[in-house]
Amino acid sequence: MALGSLNDLYRDKVILDHCRNPRNSAVLDLPDVSCEAINPFCGDEIRFQINLDDSDRVREVGFQGEGCAINQAAGSIVSEALNGLTLTDVLDLSKKFSRIMEASLPKDVVVADKEAINLGELSALYKVREFPVRVKCALLVWSALDSGISTLA
Amino acid sequence: MLDVQKIRNDFPILGREVNGHPLVYMDNAATTQKPRQVIQALVDYYENFNANVHRGVHTLSMEATDMYEDARKKVAKFINAGDPDTVIWTRNASESLNLVAYSWARENVESGENIVLTPMEHHSNLVPWQELTREKNAAIRYIPLDNEGVLDLSDIDSIIDDRTALVSVVHMSNALGTVNPIKKLCDLAHARGAKFLVDGAQSVPHMVVDVKEIDCDFMAFSGHKMMGPTGIGCLYAKKDVLEGMKPFLTGGEMVLEVSYEKASWADLPMKFEAGTPNIADAIALGVAVDYLEDIGMANIDEYERDLTGYALNKFIDVEEEGGKLFGPRNPDQRGGIISFDTPDIHPHDLGTLLDQMGIAVRTGHHCAMPLVRSLGVAATSRASFYVYNTKKEVDVLIEGILEAMRYFRDGVR
Repeated sequence: MALGSLNDLYRDKVILDHCRNPRNSAVLDLPDVSCEAINPFCGDEIRFQINLDDSDRVREVGFQGEGCAINQAAGSIVSEALNGLTLTDVLDLSKKFSRIMEASLPKDVVVADKEAINLGELSALYKVREFPVRVKCALLVWSALDSGISTLA
Repeated sequence: MLDVQKIRNDFPILGREVNGHPLVYMDNAATTQKPRQVIQALVDYYENFNANVHRGVHTLSMEATDMYEDARKKVAKFINAGDPDTVIWTRNASESLNLVAYSWARENVESGENIVLTPMEHHSNLVPWQELTREKNAAIRYIPLDNEGVLDLSDIDSIIDDRTALVSVVHMSNALGTVNPIKKLCDLAHARGAKFLVDGAQSVPHMVVDVKEIDCDFMAFSGHKMMGPTGIGCLYAKKDVLEGMKPFLTGGEMVLEVSYEKASWADLPMKFEAGTPNIADAIALGVAVDYLEDIGMANIDEYERDLTGYALNKFIDVEEEGGKLFGPRNPDQRGGIISFDTPDIHPHDLGTLLDQMGIAVRTGHHCAMPLVRSLGVAATSRASFYVYNTKKEVDVLIEGILEAMRYFRDGVR
């Protein structure tokens, strides 16, 4: 079998589980934040709705999308990872996550950065880094969130 | 019959490995590989002849000019253009199409007129016309497709009418593989007084294309899809049409006489070739044409038709697992482009899995976004062949697709 190096990626239970059974897929009516992103090169789409609680922390997330396994899994994982964060936290997490996915970053910096963030299930997406052309699939969710949140400010 | 192994030996890149496997290159509709002769022509030009063309009386400049104009003659002969002055060098088919949109259509398409396209046009033969018709308050009309991705001409007399200024049609669809009846469409366009443009980007590299026989007014194609370098393409147009057109870009090379107030234009073809041209790549494209003619375009067509028929038969194995083929089933209606969807596995994931097996295919919308959407999918996977591909490689592809599908299914359990 020629697909050994892919096992880390696609055989990862987290990614396939989220891809097959996306979490928080219901569309939220009248959300506090609504955002979407499309990758024009491949046609992948992602949409989020976010509701905040009284202390402006993420209380509820809706996620829908179309596209490859990595994109879908990323949306689902992120929809869970946002719970309890402020919108500033979300932007911060986005920046940190995007940074560790940069191919040009030295390995030791990446490892240090990765350890400094509490990635939880997001760490499953970190493996995409080994497939540079697919990194954009894991980052589309963040560009949706970035653009949606920054238009609020 | 042509000797495929001998041809393969001319392509250095076909000897390399990708991810530990022999490269199976099946992304030829995006760009083709280059034979050693073409690569060597580039080196030879820069090592021995490099000079600017059409100026200078020194030996290098004269030799470079001769080589550059010889390449134009080769291309003109290749498409049976007759007069080499009717072949304009551009960067690629997109630039050729834009040249027609800017220099011909902006002067000739009027408010209330229409431009007829097909739903399977590449973005390069769609977006320039969207821009133009918006500017001119003209309309775009589409010839409908049947459910196999073949043009439905039953209503063509009401689509191409007396208000049609231009019919612009892709010869072979890069997303479906469909080969369109361009001769028939050209006759219909001319009967209504419209001009006819052929996007030959996918057909010129793979079959005998004769612009005189088609009688088209324009034809656009790219060098890099026919074993030539990137950065060189062609626009063919009838001489009287070119003579009536304004220049596209202005500046050096394309002028006859310049004063501080005004300029007059050079004769064809230089009227449309402002600035120092892409000399080396034009010369190397001429060498690619030599290479193709050496094999023979009819032989290439026959070989690829046989290979495509073989692949379509083999693809039944994928269809039995739920795969879906797009485009016509009949190998006589299509070229060597197999566009398909696989259940439970997104094309991008399939592309990554096949890449791990050394197989290069394209996944996505293939610069035909509205068409791919109309197929009911966000993207397709596409394997596209050239004369150096083999039945054995088709077997590797089909087995690879099946393996990837099994892999993805097993992963879910």
